[in-house]
Amino acid sequence: MDLSQYLEIFIDETKEHLQTLNDQVLILEAEPENIDTVNEIFRAAHSLKGMAGTMGFKRMQRLTHDMENVFSEIRNGKLNVNADMVDIVFKCLDAIEGYLTNIIESADEGTEDNEELIGLLNDALSESTDAAPAEEKKKEQETEKSSSEKADGEDRCKFRSVPIADFEKNAMLEAKGKGMHVYAATVYIQESCLLKAARAFLVFKGVEDKGEVIKSYPSAQDIEDEKFELDFSMFIVSEKSLDEIKTTIENVSEIEEAVIEEYEIPDTATETVPKNEEPKNNKTEEAPKPVVSEKKEEKKAPAKAAGKPVVNRSVRVDIEKLDDLMNLVSELIIAKNGLVSVSGVAAANDQKFNEQIEYLERITTNLHESVMKTRMVPIESVVNRFPRMIRDLSKKLNKEMELIMTGEDTELDRTVIDEIGDPLMHMLRNAADHGLESTIDRLRIGKPQVGTIRLDAYQDGNNVTIEVSDDGSGIDVEKIKQKAIDKGAITEEQAEYMSEKEAVDLLFQPAFSTAEKISDVSGRGVGLDVVKNKIEGLGGDVEVASKLGEGTTFIVRLPLTLAIIQALMVDVCGEKYALPLNSIVTLEEILPEDIKYVHTKEVINLRGTVIPLVRLNEVLDVSSDDDEETNPDDEGLVVVIVKKGDKQAGLVISKLIGQQEIVIKPLGKFIHVPKLISGATILGNGDVALIIDSNTLV
Amino acid sequence: MDNNQVNANRKQYIILRFDSEQYGIDISYIDNIVRLQPITRVPHSQPYFLGVINLRGEIIPVMSMRRKFELDDAENTGKTRILIIKAENAKIGILVDEVREVVTLDEEDIEKITADDSRAYLTGVGKYNDTLISLINISGLVADIDNE
Repeated sequence: MDLSQYLEIFIDETKEHLQTLNDQVLILEAEPENIDTVNEIFRAAHSLKGMAGTMGFKRMQRLTHDMENVFSEIRNGKLNVNADMVDIVFKCLDAIEGYLTNIIESADEGTEDNEELIGLLNDALSESTDAAPAEEKKKEQETEKSSSEKADGEDRCKFRSVPIADFEKNAMLEAKGKGMHVYAATVYIQESCLLKAARAFLVFKGVEDKGEVIKSYPSAQDIEDEKFELDFSMFIVSEKSLDEIKTTIENVSEIEEAVIEEYEIPDTATETVPKNEEPKNNKTEEAPKPVVSEKKEEKKAPAKAAGKPVVNRSVRVDIEKLDDLMNLVSELIIAKNGLVSVSGVAAANDQKFNEQIEYLERITTNLHESVMKTRMVPIESVVNRFPRMIRDLSKKLNKEMELIMTGEDTELDRTVIDEIGDPLMHMLRNAADHGLESTIDRLRIGKPQVGTIRLDAYQDGNNVTIEVSDDGSGIDVEKIKQKAIDKGAITEEQAEYMSEKEAVDLLFQPAFSTAEKISDVSGRGVGLDVVKNKIEGLGGDVEVASKLGEGTTFIVRLPLTLAIIQALMVDVCGEKYALPLNSIVTLEEILPEDIKYVHTKEVINLRGTVIPLVRLNEVLDVSSDDDEETNPDDEGLVVVIVKKGDKQAGLVISKLIGQQEIVIKPLGKFIHVPKLISGATILGNGDVALIIDSNTLV
Repeated sequence: MDNNQVNANRKQYIILRFDSEQYGIDISYIDNIVRLQPITRVPHSQPYFLGVINLRGEIIPVMSMRRKFELDDAENTGKTRILIIKAENAKIGILVDEVREVVTLDEEDIEKITADDSRAYLTGVGKYNDTLISLINISGLVADIDNE
C-alpha cells in the first residue's frame, strides 16, 4: 500500500493539530473548567490518532489514543485538570512532535515507545472512577452516530443522479457490445476517515485491477484533492461479476459501504437534462446534514469542516511549484525589461508600440504582485508556538511572565517565514532570561509581579517590522562596555568615546554574552550575532532600543519579498549598479565646497543632520581612468542618501540612470562576493549589474 | 563488437590554446561554449575572476585561466571564447584564447602526472598527432577555488 503521497498532507495536518493542542492546553491550564477547550483538545487528539493509524504509525497512534482517553474522561467530568496533568500532556505533545520529526526525516516514526508517558497517562486515567463505562459510552456514541447517519441517507444510489456525457455513454455502450458489464457504484467512506482521498485512491486502484473506471463523480481530480463529502460515485466497465467488484471496494479499510448495481445506460440524450438538476437537490439535501450532526456530535464537525474545500476555499500547493512560478515571473520581467530597452531605440516614435509596452509593464507588475501574494504566509505560523515556549521558560526560570502578541496576521514571504523562527525565538528567550528581572526583584522595585514580553508585528511600507520587547531591567551600557573591555573586544579608551548606541551594538558581536551565569536557556555566547547574521542574510536588519530600568526592544525589519525589488540604477564611473529603493531616502546634489571633514572623514550637513559621505567608486574599487567625466571638481556631486534604521549615509555616484524593477539573482557558487554586493540582476540589454547592499555602507 | 570496452579507454577532450600551448579539458565537463560577451566586474572577488556574465538568464562567474596559471593577460581576439564548465552542480565560465577542436585520446596516449607534482591543475599530458596536450584537472581546479 503506497501512502507516501499522503505523507506530506499527514505531516502538515499533524503540525496543525499539534499547534491546536498546544494552544488549547495552554488555555486549559488557565481555565481548567473551559469545556469548549476540552472539546477542542479532544477533537484534535482524536484526529491525530486517526491519522496516525491510517498512516500506520503505531506508536504515535498508541500515545495519542491514551491521550485521547484522558481527555475523554475530562470531558465527561470524571477527571479534573491539574498542573501535573498539564505537564504530562505537554510532554506527550513533545513526544508526538518527536515522532513527527522522525517521520519528516525518514518517513518512519522511529522506535521510541514513550512507555513512561503512556504509563503516566494511564495513571491519570485510573484516577478517574470508572474508565471502562466511559469507553463504552464512547463506542455507543459512535454507533449512534453511524445509525443516525444511515437514517438520513435516503437515496443511497447517488450515481443515478450523476449526469453522463454522450461520449461516456458511447464508451459504455461499446463496452456492453463487447459483452462486458457496466456497473455504477456509490462508495461511502466512514465518517471517521481522515484521509478520504487516500481511501478513494485505494478504491480506484483496486477497481482498476478488475476493470476500467469510465467516469467518477466528482471527477478523479476533485477526489484526489479531497473535494468531496463522504461518498463518491463511479462507473465501471468490467468483465468481473458484481459481487467481486463490490468486495474489492469494501475490502479497502474505512470504506463503510459500496452501493453497486448493473448500470442501465440511459438511451436518449434528453434524459440527461433533468438529471443535471438533481445533483443540486442532492446538495441542498446534504447541506443541512453537517449542521445536524454538529449538534449531535460536536466532536466531528470541525474536523470535517477543515477538510472541506467548500468552506475553506484554499488549495495546498507545494512551495516548489510557487518557486517555479516566481522564477517564470522573474524571467518574464527580464524579458519585459529587454523589450523596454529595445523600444527605447527602435520604436521611439511609434506611439502604439509604446502603449502596448506600457500595458505589458502593468501586467507584469500586477502578475508579480499576485504571485508574491500567493507566497505570503501570516507570521502566525511561526509565532504561534511561542506562548507555549514562554510558559515552559516561565517554569524553568521560575519567573512569572506573560507573552502578548499582536499582528500575527502580518504576512511575509514564505522563504522569510521559514528562516525567521529561530532568530525570533532567540530574542524571546533573551528577553525572558536576561531581560526580565526575577519575580522577587520585580516586587522589590515596585514593578508588576508578572513580567511582560511583547511581540508586535506590523507592515511598514515595503518592510515588515517585528518588535520583541520586555519590561525588564533594560541594557546596562556600562556593564556591556566593561564586559567588552574584559574580553579585549575594545580598549578602555574606545569605551570612553563610545556612544550608547555603539555600546549596545556590541551585543551583536560574536561571542558576547552579558549573562552573569550561563544558563541553558540563553547565554552560551552564541546568540545575538547569529540572529543578526540570519536577519541580514534575509535582507533585513535588526537594532536595539533600551532604557535602563524600563526594558529593551529589539526591532527587526524584513523585506516583504526577496526575489524582485524596485531599484535605482546608478552609474559609478561607467559601471552600472542597482541600489534597492527601499533604503533610499533622497537624492541630493552636493557642491564640493559643502563637504566638511570630521576625523578626516568626509561628511555633509544636510538640513541640520551630519551625514557621512561614501564614495562608491572607492569602495567598489572602480578605476576611474576617464577623469574628466568622473571627477568634475567644479560641478556638484550626485549623492544618494540611504538609511539603515535611523542612521544615514550619502553615497556618491557619477550619474543617475533611473528606477527599474529588478530580479535578484545569485552570483554563482565559486566567486567570492563581498558583503557589499547582495546579488546581481540582468538588465534589459542583457548586461549584468550588481546590486549594492547599502546597509553595509551605513 | 565490444564498443564499451573501447569507450572506456578513450576519452574526448576539447583542445584550447593559451599562447602557443595547448590544453585539453574532458568534454564531459563542458556545458557550453560561448563567444566573448561583456563581463561585469565584481569588486573584491578573487583576482583571477574576471566577473560575471549573463548566460540566458543565469548569472555565471567567469575566471581567467591565464591569471590562474599566472600567465599575463592577453588581448581578446575574435577567437576568444568562454567555456562554460559544469562542476559540483554549479557552472563556471573559463576565458580561453581559442577553442581548437575535439579530439579523442586513448588511455595509452596519456602520460599521467602524479598529484604531488607542482602543477596539480593537470591530470596528465596527452599526445595527439605529434603535439603535446596538457590535460586540465577540472575537479582539482574547482576544489581549489572552493577552498580559498
